[in-house]
Amino acid sequence: MPRFGMVIDTRKCVGCMDCVVACATENDVPEGFCRDWITTETRGDYPILAMEIRSERCNHCDNPPCVSCCPTGASHVEEFGKTVQVTANRCIGCKACIASCPYDARFVHPKGYIDKCTFCDHRTKEGLDPACVSVCPTHCMHFGDLDDPKSKVSDLLRTRKYHTIMPEAGTKPRVFFLI
Amino acid sequence: MIELTSSRDNPLIDPVLAIWSWEIPLYLFVGGVVAGMMVLAGLAMLRVAKGEDSRNFFSLQTPLLAFMLLNVGMGALLLDLTHKLYVWRIYTTFQVTSPMSWGSWVLIIVYAVLLVSALIRLPEAWPWLGQRVPKLQQLSDAIVGHPGRMSALGWTNIVLGVAIGIYTGILLNTMVARPLWNSAILGPLFLFSGLSSGAAMMHLMSVALPGRRPAPQGMIGGAIAAMIQPLGPQPPEKKTVDSLIRADVFFLVIELVLLGLLLANLLMSSASHIEAAALITSGPYAMHFWGIVVVVGVLVPIVLQGLELSHRIPHTIVPALLVLVGGYTLRWVMVNAGQASAIVQATALP
Repeated sequence: MPRFGMVIDTRKCVGCMDCVVACATENDVPEGFCRDWITTETRGDYPILAMEIRSERCNHCDNPPCVSCCPTGASHVEEFGKTVQVTANRCIGCKACIASCPYDARFVHPKGYIDKCTFCDHRTKEGLDPACVSVCPTHCMHFGDLDDPKSKVSDLLRTRKYHTIMPEAGTKPRVFFLI
Repeated sequence: MIELTSSRDNPLIDPVLAIWSWEIPLYLFVGGVVAGMMVLAGLAMLRVAKGEDSRNFFSLQTPLLAFMLLNVGMGALLLDLTHKLYVWRIYTTFQVTSPMSWGSWVLIIVYAVLLVSALIRLPEAWPWLGQRVPKLQQLSDAIVGHPGRMSALGWTNIVLGVAIGIYTGILLNTMVARPLWNSAILGPLFLFSGLSSGAAMMHLMSVALPGRRPAPQGMIGGAIAAMIQPLGPQPPEKKTVDSLIRADVFFLVIELVLLGLLLANLLMSSASHIEAAALITSGPYAMHFWGIVVVVGVLVPIVLQGLELSHRIPHTIVPALLVLVGGYTLRWVMVNAGQASAIVQATALP
């Protein structure tokens, strides 16, 4: 079974938000909410500044606190792809998973259950890339099996410098940002 | 300089997490009060088992009150859920790593024990029912008449009370993303706050609810009397109330020590924890924390009750009311400030 991860090249990302729009369209994300978003980090003192633009989402952590705190098992690690998913008809809306997520990647869907990025599992099961990856005009997003040494994502992580968000939380995130 | 901007603006998440409003603090508070009442009722039951009948007031009357209060807490919890129709799902599984799952199952046992503890006084409190359902009287006789069984029920109440009291703190403690909650001291802190609030609630009820005339014998009147006049025809003896006040002072002193330990724990930890502690020590929740939780909810009741016990001022319900206000505010501050706290990213530090 694969262990999916995402690698995003911050040197190519221009923050166009195509990924955000593609996700909302593909997944019927309700208006006013988003499963993925753009973060811009600017460092330094004018005029010497460095900017990193990141397309962020649920990190589908290897050690997901949202799964361990869920009282019903609605938040779970899917066997295929080892992604973190929410089963809507098991979710009671207690919001413990939202409180436990360091990335604030989850939200309360207007229908009451908790929603978040699924890594487009309905597409990946068909062998397709997630919607955000497939529309990226700069091809800065890559998706694949982290356990497969021949995959593009494994190759990038082997050959490029990268960081994850808040690894100090101990969650072992699986969205990597090339620098 | 580091500047972060985000296109995310999800309701209840941004700019600051605000998923829990008044319902969860109320649920945690009521859970704490019920925990305290169960422990105190259990202790009183042990006295009854030893033949000290003067403790009947607390051992036999408290569980019904606790049972009713627990319903208020569970009602608040239900109001907080956003996918209410699926609440039954919690009882179709047991998730070993989820404190909420543990708590939900323990609450079922708590309900059962409180029900049995309340039922053993119901034939006396509601004679109409007692006469028509002889089984109730038999149940009452079978437990109250046997010191061993009464003692077992007392210990069960104590153990479950401690478990629920600690659970209300540990529930928050396990959320890795909110540094203010990352201290296991929350468990004993909420337990002792619950014990002091439980003692205060019993003190308040003993003043507010003792029957001053014979309880109605009929179906409706008797039922109502059993509910709102649950403390029996006689007010508790003064020495019983005094022992309750003494216990309350003891719990409050321990609570004060635990509050100090919580702050020490956070302030001597990582940058995330120091920033989280600042939310309640000098930040937007400082007034509520120092003013209501520490001064109004702990220090003033300790002083007032100390003066009452040494007969310098008359007994009033004021300290009990203040303890309850402080108990709720402690949960309110911890839940809200906890949501506002976040991990300080290593890359954001100079």
